[in-house]
Amino acid sequence: MGRILIDLLRFNRQFAVGLVLLAIVLGFALLSFFSPYPPNDSFVVPPDVPPSWAYPMGTTSRGQDLFWLLTFSIRNTLLFGVTVALISRLLALVIGLVAGYCGGLVDRALMSINDTFIVIPLFPILVLFYFVMKDHMSWGLLALMMACLGWAYDARLIRSVALSLRTREFTETGIFSGMSMRQILVEEHLPYVLPIVFSTTMNNINWSIGLEVTLSVLGFTDINTPTIGVLIYWANQHTALVAGIWWWIFFPVLLVILAFIGLFLLAVSMNEYIDPRSRLGRSGG
Amino acid sequence: MSALLEVEDVSRVYRTGGLFAARRVTAVDGVSLQLEAGRPEILTVVGESGSGKTTLARMILGMVPPSTGAIRFKGKDLADIRGSRARLAFMKEVQPVFQNPFEAFNPMKRLDRYLFATARRMAGVEGEAAIRDAADGALKEVGLSLAEVRGRYPHELSGGQLQRVAIARALISKPALLVADEPVSMIDASLRASIVNLLRGLRERRGVSIIYITHDLATAYYVSDRILIMRHGKVVESGEARAVLDDPQHPYSQLLKSSVLSPEVPPTGAAFHA
Amino acid sequence: MSEPVLTVSGLRAWYRTSAYGVSREVRAVDDISLSIAAGEIYGLAGESSSGKTTLIKTIANAIQPPLEVLAGSVVFRFGDRPVDIHRISREALGKIRWKHLSYIMQGSMNVLNPVRRVRHTFFDFAFRHIGRPKPEFLQVVRDHLQRLHLAPDVLDAFPHQLSGGMRQRVTIALATVCRPEFIIADEPTTALDVVVQKGVLAMIHEIQRELGSSIIFVTHDMAVHANLTDRLGIMYAGRLVEEGRTADIFRAPRHPYTAHLIASLPRLGDTAPKKGLDGAPPNLADPPPGCRFHPRCPRASDICRREAPPMAELSPGHRAACFHPEPERPA
Repeated sequence: MGRILIDLLRFNRQFAVGLVLLAIVLGFALLSFFSPYPPNDSFVVPPDVPPSWAYPMGTTSRGQDLFWLLTFSIRNTLLFGVTVALISRLLALVIGLVAGYCGGLVDRALMSINDTFIVIPLFPILVLFYFVMKDHMSWGLLALMMACLGWAYDARLIRSVALSLRTREFTETGIFSGMSMRQILVEEHLPYVLPIVFSTTMNNINWSIGLEVTLSVLGFTDINTPTIGVLIYWANQHTALVAGIWWWIFFPVLLVILAFIGLFLLAVSMNEYIDPRSRLGRSGG
Repeated sequence: MSALLEVEDVSRVYRTGGLFAARRVTAVDGVSLQLEAGRPEILTVVGESGSGKTTLARMILGMVPPSTGAIRFKGKDLADIRGSRARLAFMKEVQPVFQNPFEAFNPMKRLDRYLFATARRMAGVEGEAAIRDAADGALKEVGLSLAEVRGRYPHELSGGQLQRVAIARALISKPALLVADEPVSMIDASLRASIVNLLRGLRERRGVSIIYITHDLATAYYVSDRILIMRHGKVVESGEARAVLDDPQHPYSQLLKSSVLSPEVPPTGAAFHA
Repeated sequence: MSEPVLTVSGLRAWYRTSAYGVSREVRAVDDISLSIAAGEIYGLAGESSSGKTTLIKTIANAIQPPLEVLAGSVVFRFGDRPVDIHRISREALGKIRWKHLSYIMQGSMNVLNPVRRVRHTFFDFAFRHIGRPKPEFLQVVRDHLQRLHLAPDVLDAFPHQLSGGMRQRVTIALATVCRPEFIIADEPTTALDVVVQKGVLAMIHEIQRELGSSIIFVTHDMAVHANLTDRLGIMYAGRLVEEGRTADIFRAPRHPYTAHLIASLPRLGDTAPKKGLDGAPPNLADPPPGCRFHPRCPRASDICRREAPPMAELSPGHRAACFHPEPERPA
């Protein structure tokens, strides 16, 4: 694993740039542990100060130091995206691989559930969810909800690959070697599906962060947990752009964009590296 | 004498197309055959593409259930094999060798996994050393050794070597029947003879019965005891291999035989006169 | 003897890749020279990874990275003007292709457009080369199909409506409709059943005799070579190891590899034990020194391990690259 990382760093520019960008964002998120102020305290510094040496990203109209507040926000946003992606990936993998491998009735049953999730409209459901939960709403709950809504496309994609893997001769060799279904799925089929999972993880983190920001900006989430979306929500509440407090919007958006680009580059380069064709090319066929 | 394998009037129908425009394709149509226990033989099924020979092989391996008819292995109907334990017991006795040795193993995984898994799960060997010995023994049987295969990936071996590994893997559980579906058609000519010889030797030394599926009449003639010639899912001619191939009776068998190109330069120099 | 249609001299074509610090050179075609005369069918035999596909790609100038031509030339002579196919412009190559140099490939579906009627494929490939108005062009195509004993109705069929054998016949008609001087046939019958194969081979033979074209016919199937080709080149591990009249090679192969290959062929009606050849073809990224066949060769000696044997003429028109060739057998 270590060698792979070194190889990628040395020979793949995209990977290196992506890693640097993501390291900046992550490092920034980690700074939250050294914050002099708790995230939800307000009026600890003078409000509406533009970026300066004392306050590198300025302060908000609520008297918060934007630099430190942003460290919490990006941390929570990233954590949110990763949580959604991990849970939904797990669902997509299990359902896609099992449906493709078993075929027949199992496949049909799983895929009809799958298609239901594809066609139901997400946004109204999430808004409805907020109104049902109201004060019980937490980011963890929202993450779980979104993971449950976000696996369906990828499960279909994984299933289509699994269906073709099922007909390959090495799957039969596995069966006639006495391997269990779990073993075949995890050891034989998973390596073929992982490249897809890597690139869709990226998409999924994107998607969930984007949706979370949208919901937060509209105030349909737990606005007491600082995330990038909640930050922008508060900025809008204080009509920051009209009032000329541009930094309140600019820095959160910049940070999210950096995170997006970093993740994207990582996904693309890892994808290329994991691709079986390039893998066989390297190992010498 | 008891039967090792009885295939009784077996057919297989596939439905293709959608709900309304479904078409029924009969891949195998009323085929019967029998192998005796205690008298190992190589039974060759010859046919062109679309003759149903591969579907027949898959039914015998229990991978596809027949639409009608019954297949019995050692008196037990394959349709009655339920549950993973019964499946394992059946697979221990009936093992496949596939057509494409480059496809028979996952290109991203080491080859020895399959050998060790078979030894552990199918043959019930316990302990790392015993498992290695079982794999090594089977590999020696096919002219390889564990030292040559261990830790190697499929692309590091030639097609002929891979097919030997595939046969070795199938032998680990000491099966009574091997079903080899076109085992040499993807292998280079210079390596083909040794695989075919290997099959012949297995029947003699290990007493394994072999169902050899092929489109190649020349190797069929070389290895088989009995032969079935299939066309469009039906058996058109069967019998003692050399008798059938020396003097085929059915017009299709005759056509098939006359179409085989001999690897000799015809004396006139021009083989094709319309 | 007239000038050969194709002269390949000293051709070296390697695959060179470099990814993640691992550089590899696969010497797929290593110093090959051969020539093909007008009106002859030259067979090219070899097993997988012998380099025959790469040689064909290089001859057809279908070279894409990582494949590179390092040395040598491929010269065609159509009419009286020699053309080095690696040194002409794209436009010039476009003019030569299909009119003078055409292809019959293994997968007929690669040529026939699956969503259009066969007629359109004929238009796409041949219309501009034949240079006649549309109705006349169609008449030329119909006549040509008739000459090949194909019903002209196939023009109105979609490729998937035709059987595999029929599709391959259509691609042969397509490849020969411009009456090319040179045809590259790359395993055209490998995917076909024996009964169909025989018919398709007969068709290739007939049209070749009629047009007087030269064909380089690639297949690993020695029986096809025996029945179709005039001369035969045997490739092993990126090199040409033997070349001669097909009849001579089958009667008395001189290179030990060829000798083994021919001896091990199964023949219908023959149950005498056949010996397999031990070992495997070498890895072309790291070929053995000296003669590339020596690790598997029963006749190998010290010199074989040190030096690569040059191609030498052992009897008139029969060349082999071996220090210890099999004895000559008089006819």
